[in-house]
Amino acid sequence: MIIGSAMAALLLLGVLAVAGRRLHAIHGLIHAGCIVVSLALVFDGASYLMGAAQGQIPAITLPFGLPWMSAHFRLDSLSAFFLMVINVPAALAGLYGIGYVHHLPDPQRVTPLMPLFLFGMNGVLIADDAFVFLVAWEFMSLASWLLVLSDHTNAQARKAASVYLIMAAFGTFCLLAAFGLMAGAGGIYDFAGIRAHPAAGLAAAAVVFLALLGAGSKAGLVPLHVWLPLAHPAAPSHVSALMSGVMTKVALYGLIRILFDLCPAVGWEWGFVMMLVGGVTAVLGVFHALMERDLKTILAYSTVENIGIVVIALGLAAAFRDHGEMGLAALALVAALYHLLNHSLFKSLLFFGAGAVISATGRRDLDSLGGLFNRMPVTGVCFLIGSCAISALPPLNGFVSEWLVFQSLFHGPTVAHWAMRFGVPVVGVMMALAAAFAASCFVRAFGITFLGRPRTDSARIAEDPPLTMQLAMAIPAMMCLCLGVFPVLVSTGIASVVEPLIKVKLPPATLGWPWLSPISATSGSYSATMVMLTGIALSITTILVVHHFGTRKMRRAPAWDCGHPEVIANAQYSADSFSQPLRRVFASTLFSAQETVEMPQPGDIGPARFRLRMIDPIWTWLYMSIVKAVDGIAGLVNRLHSLTVRQYLLMMFWTLVLLLLIVAGRQS
Amino acid sequence: MIPLLWGILHTWLVVGFAPFAVGLVRLTKARLQGRRGASPLQPYRDLWRLLQKESVIADSATWLFRVSPYLVFVAVWLAATILPTVTTEMVMTPAADLIALVALLGVARFFTALAGLDVGTPFGGLGASREMFIASLAEPAMLMVIFSLSVLAHTTSPAHLVAFVLSGHVGLEVSVGLALGALLMVAIAENGRIPIDNPTTHLELTMVHEAMILEYSGRHLALMEAAAMVRLLLFLSMIICVFFPWGIALPGSGPLWVLVGLGAWTLKIAVLAIGLGLFETMIAKMRIFRIADFLGGALLLALLAIIFLYVSEAV
Repeated sequence: MIIGSAMAALLLLGVLAVAGRRLHAIHGLIHAGCIVVSLALVFDGASYLMGAAQGQIPAITLPFGLPWMSAHFRLDSLSAFFLMVINVPAALAGLYGIGYVHHLPDPQRVTPLMPLFLFGMNGVLIADDAFVFLVAWEFMSLASWLLVLSDHTNAQARKAASVYLIMAAFGTFCLLAAFGLMAGAGGIYDFAGIRAHPAAGLAAAAVVFLALLGAGSKAGLVPLHVWLPLAHPAAPSHVSALMSGVMTKVALYGLIRILFDLCPAVGWEWGFVMMLVGGVTAVLGVFHALMERDLKTILAYSTVENIGIVVIALGLAAAFRDHGEMGLAALALVAALYHLLNHSLFKSLLFFGAGAVISATGRRDLDSLGGLFNRMPVTGVCFLIGSCAISALPPLNGFVSEWLVFQSLFHGPTVAHWAMRFGVPVVGVMMALAAAFAASCFVRAFGITFLGRPRTDSARIAEDPPLTMQLAMAIPAMMCLCLGVFPVLVSTGIASVVEPLIKVKLPPATLGWPWLSPISATSGSYSATMVMLTGIALSITTILVVHHFGTRKMRRAPAWDCGHPEVIANAQYSADSFSQPLRRVFASTLFSAQETVEMPQPGDIGPARFRLRMIDPIWTWLYMSIVKAVDGIAGLVNRLHSLTVRQYLLMMFWTLVLLLLIVAGRQS
Repeated sequence: MIPLLWGILHTWLVVGFAPFAVGLVRLTKARLQGRRGASPLQPYRDLWRLLQKESVIADSATWLFRVSPYLVFVAVWLAATILPTVTTEMVMTPAADLIALVALLGVARFFTALAGLDVGTPFGGLGASREMFIASLAEPAMLMVIFSLSVLAHTTSPAHLVAFVLSGHVGLEVSVGLALGALLMVAIAENGRIPIDNPTTHLELTMVHEAMILEYSGRHLALMEAAAMVRLLLFLSMIICVFFPWGIALPGSGPLWVLVGLGAWTLKIAVLAIGLGLFETMIAKMRIFRIADFLGGALLLALLAIIFLYVSEAV
């Protein structure tokens, strides 16, 4: 009921925004409306999860859609969980948008699409038949495509939008085929029917493959990730937050829905494949992020990394389930859901921070920023908390979910098959590398942007954004802390979401509520609450001891820098110099990185130049060869366009002969 | 009640003993280099003297620069508090397993690197960049060592690992040797010892850890130095705890055994510290880009440790 009116309200808001586009206040009003609706949806999801014990699954069938089928909607615990994951950042984006939208060159290109984008995403979650699912999915894709295109005067945004449109069409096409296979010969398109007759054998394998392609292209799995770092940064920052923090989660929802609910006959091989793909995605994503200079592109690539981590956990869950290790499957699935919940929060927070930096300075290149921590204190602290959370530092939330993923990964070899036994450690290496690189990446992103001395005048005069935007950053920062410090409460909640899918409940905390010990009492435990409390106690002790036995005197002075301080701000470490050691070691093979230094001749006063060239192997080798192949085929087809009438008639004749021969062959 | 008592005593034990261990390493090196060397108590005097000095802070530094030493020290101290050294019967021991200990050290590193970038000097950035580079390779190697231990003992908790090893389930295994090798290499890298980094260098361009804390003085420097000392002790304790736990008191064994554990631990730390001094004297520092080979080797050793477990199982 609430959902229905919320969805109608979103549509109405979209229409209102178009109708009232001349009004100045309309942008604030529409965004405020989005907040109200999103909060209502969060409330609905939460109240469903709280009362989920009754076992009532509300479902409704509405008389529209395909002529022979009405539209089915349903809210089960998985949908309810995702409603919360999606609408909390959506409400924050609405709050952020109230202040932010006036910084945009063309706000009337953004405001009407916000509620429509939310409409599409929420529609995917409550869909209960393939038709509604795909329509909502396309709604989401097209709304976000238009949002990417909102800055249509920018050539880069146009390129991003066209790549995105192709990838989105490809993804939907794959999902369409997947649902077609699941529907089977009977053509049952509602999910209840699909659940009753799940695909098996080769069809199931094809469904999993197509779902991985379809949902994976939206979520950003390597090698289908290429559009993501182009399109996410091109949109306005609060939309980037929604696309990166939320839309990728809708894609993962689709994957989970298909793999764990609609088509559960997934062999461990597919889990293994997902693990490997996830591992490669995580490492490549974060490595790209380490090499990028644009703040928002860094965040987009880091989304690729986090999606990889979630997919590793999902793959593990599928493999465990196939081998009957239901407890471990539940653990891996809880880890995956926990991580995507966390990622939706801290990635939104980081994009909000990036948006604040961009609107304050007009720059998004790391090398033209610097020293913002003193000038934008609120943004700085929130971005720091987000960076710590995404780098998986305790006691914040990112660490809890990565800890759970590591715990389930370390139990991967329980599956007694040689491929898992040798594959899981390799995936472990990739996951560990990704975790360590992420910390480097965010030391770099935060340190170069916010610390040091300002590198340009626009960074020197930056100021904190208006109060609504500050609030929109402070709230998720607090939530990151809460989700990190009380992990057992969250994991118990998620366990109840996972239970209907795996049919096993994750055992409750064996050591009491502050201790996260998911497998058994002896296999390893983590207590964020205790770590936090002891940390506070030790901090107080340290401060007391230092201040009691030491002097509190302090003096400000010019930086020492070993006696030869450099006044030029560009002498500081830049983004490229920070990542240089890792680039030398890895990128020379991975990205064919080449550094060339041109020194002027002695006596010449021309500047020395440093050039860096890197090639994205997936874009160059995979996509460019596809483009070449398509061009080649188009060239061949092109020849058919300029034939003489005689040749066309001849072609028709031979076609007719061929068809007749086929018919004759079949009849005999 | 008793776990709480041991926990609090242990908290002070690690922070009180850490400077001595560092002093012992320095003394060993001095003797091997033909110098008399300062007494092993010298690090205590250094810290005390630094505490009495006023702190000079660069104009361009933010408040993060002043807070970081406290955060770094507390994170390392917390990790050292949690890791069992003389007894596993401590209130804090289940609060973090080995993965969480690695992450706590990650907190310390994260804020040290940010502090290095904060003032905006070239040397600070250089240190931060190189530190994160080394950590990006050392941390995965460390996690893979934990992976191999977890496969062997079905636990990542240090206390249960100690119990597992002491119960005699584990014989001499190739995997354990490989994991030990990898952990030793990681410990060298994480503590900035030769051949990765030189804690006593006077040449800025070869600095890693020292370059990041170049701008610190007074009590802030004291905290950063103390954090480095506790970190060294923590890694030595971790090697002892996981690979040579004999002597560590198990829960319910009484105060006498804890005393025995204390003696055994002190002895083992002294042996390792002297061993570290010996090793550092014998070897030369490597070029920064050779570090990737060194730590990549550690990562592969740890990976091999896991794979050999299955190979030995299959044979």
